[in-house]
Amino acid sequence: MPAPEIAPEFKTITINMGPQHPSTHGVLRLIIELDGETVVSLKPVMGYLHTGMEKIMESKTYTKSITVTDRMDYMSPLGNNMAYVGAVEKILGVEVPDRAKTLRIILLEVMRISSHLVWLGTHALDLGAMSVFLYCFREREKLLDLNDMIAGSRMTPSYFRVGGFFQDVPAEFVPAVRKFLVEFPAALGEYQKLLTKNRIWMKRTIGVGTLAAEDALDLGCTGPALRGSGVSYDVRKAMPYLGYEEYEFEVPIGKNGDVYDRYLCRIEEMKQSLGLIQQGLDRLRPGTVRAANQYLFPADRSDVKLGMEELIYHFKIMSEGFRVGKGDAYFSVESPKGELGFYVVADGGPKPYRVRVRPPSFIHLQALEPMCIGRMVADVVACIGTIDIVLGEVDR
Amino acid sequence: MGLEELIPDGILTTTVEKMVNWARRSSLWPATFGLACCAIEMMATSASRYDLARFGAEVFRASPRQADLMIVAGRVSKKMAPIVKRIYDQMPEPKWVISMGACASCGGEFYDYAIVQGVDTVIPVDVYVPGCPPRPEALIYGIMKLQEKIDRSSLKTASNPAMISEASVIAEEPDA
Repeated sequence: MPAPEIAPEFKTITINMGPQHPSTHGVLRLIIELDGETVVSLKPVMGYLHTGMEKIMESKTYTKSITVTDRMDYMSPLGNNMAYVGAVEKILGVEVPDRAKTLRIILLEVMRISSHLVWLGTHALDLGAMSVFLYCFREREKLLDLNDMIAGSRMTPSYFRVGGFFQDVPAEFVPAVRKFLVEFPAALGEYQKLLTKNRIWMKRTIGVGTLAAEDALDLGCTGPALRGSGVSYDVRKAMPYLGYEEYEFEVPIGKNGDVYDRYLCRIEEMKQSLGLIQQGLDRLRPGTVRAANQYLFPADRSDVKLGMEELIYHFKIMSEGFRVGKGDAYFSVESPKGELGFYVVADGGPKPYRVRVRPPSFIHLQALEPMCIGRMVADVVACIGTIDIVLGEVDR
Repeated sequence: MGLEELIPDGILTTTVEKMVNWARRSSLWPATFGLACCAIEMMATSASRYDLARFGAEVFRASPRQADLMIVAGRVSKKMAPIVKRIYDQMPEPKWVISMGACASCGGEFYDYAIVQGVDTVIPVDVYVPGCPPRPEALIYGIMKLQEKIDRSSLKTASNPAMISEASVIAEEPDA
């Protein structure tokens, strides 16, 4: 007897994943259509963390807006600071002193390692390797201590200012970074020992979430999501900023464009970041960290106490903020997730007229469906992990 | 002394209330419910250095039906608020809520159209932890304060007698 005909509307079932789900990395919601256990279609639903950050920056001065950028991609707050202050500096045409540039590179690479550690920990946790998470957070704590040291905040330092830094790093900063450089390679070896040749890890990641190079380019992927597919594109090489062109580093690329290759890419990136931090420390020379433009920073405290002009100016910059002339600029950096860009429009006032963010996570979200279609529902978790999504950045 | 003299060594007597409170406070099971930046600090609290297991609250449950503590970690948007309420409703009694960070407590930095100005407009909150985000020490202190609160609670009354008025609860989203 032939099997009874199944009506087309019952051939597939639609399930809901999130927004409260332990492995959607925040409040992502996916509507997945399944044929048995095979994914037929996958639609992300966003907006559960919409904060209106772009709008709120229009009502804050240029300096205060920096604190808002911290809370977009909260894994690498200083990377966001950099993209934003870079855009404002571009409108102003202000030159940042060498010491500030070098310190920025050191801090950005520290942030890259810190962000990749959260990615590795949670990605491995999603695929069932709990201990990797504990190992990664052990090292990450040391990097958060550096944030604590420079800014007094572990996760949201808001340390960058338009034109450099408000104040130099404390004396214990450089020795602490050097200590980390010595300790970290052994820890990195530990993670690789736990995962790289782990049979479960390899079965869960090799050949999963494959993205061909052309597809990755068409979908607008950047960062490790693109490099895993074998395209060598890195904003630090393509559009160097802060003098990255003077540093020696490799851009690791993958071959097959699967979850495993992107894992190897990010591990290698952490090693390259160590090299960049080392080079930065070697180049670090004493000097000022504030740009020569006197209108960007308040006067010295001793001058404020004695001079009338300085006092007036101190009051003005603390209450009204500084003005940026008319103009607009787009500035992008290689954030740990990919190309992070800020487009700032200035209308001559002390607040930005409009700020628009190009968040890498948001763009990578559209790569999720092509990665998952035809795979098992369990692979969806691996694919979410591999694009290293941060919902704070997607929804803003 | 009385009755205690007749009991052999190694046996303690107490009240049912004290014992129940002790059991409840010593093994809080938080729901895995991260919203934003604070969720990463919540993870750090349960990870290597801070080790929330020392306070008996490390068993993060993915399902709210197995949890008795909800740590609202991060900013609650207006789109998320009905879901926060639903997850709270799914948790079995007795249940407690920690509002972690400035955004969950009062809207924090984000006084705008999208963010609920305090999660206590949606669900009742037991402990507020300030900070942006709070340090893990601060969250641990918040959990210890909650444990003190549980210790003081009475079996005669419900764990959350002061339910907020229905008017302030944001209407639940119709089934999507």
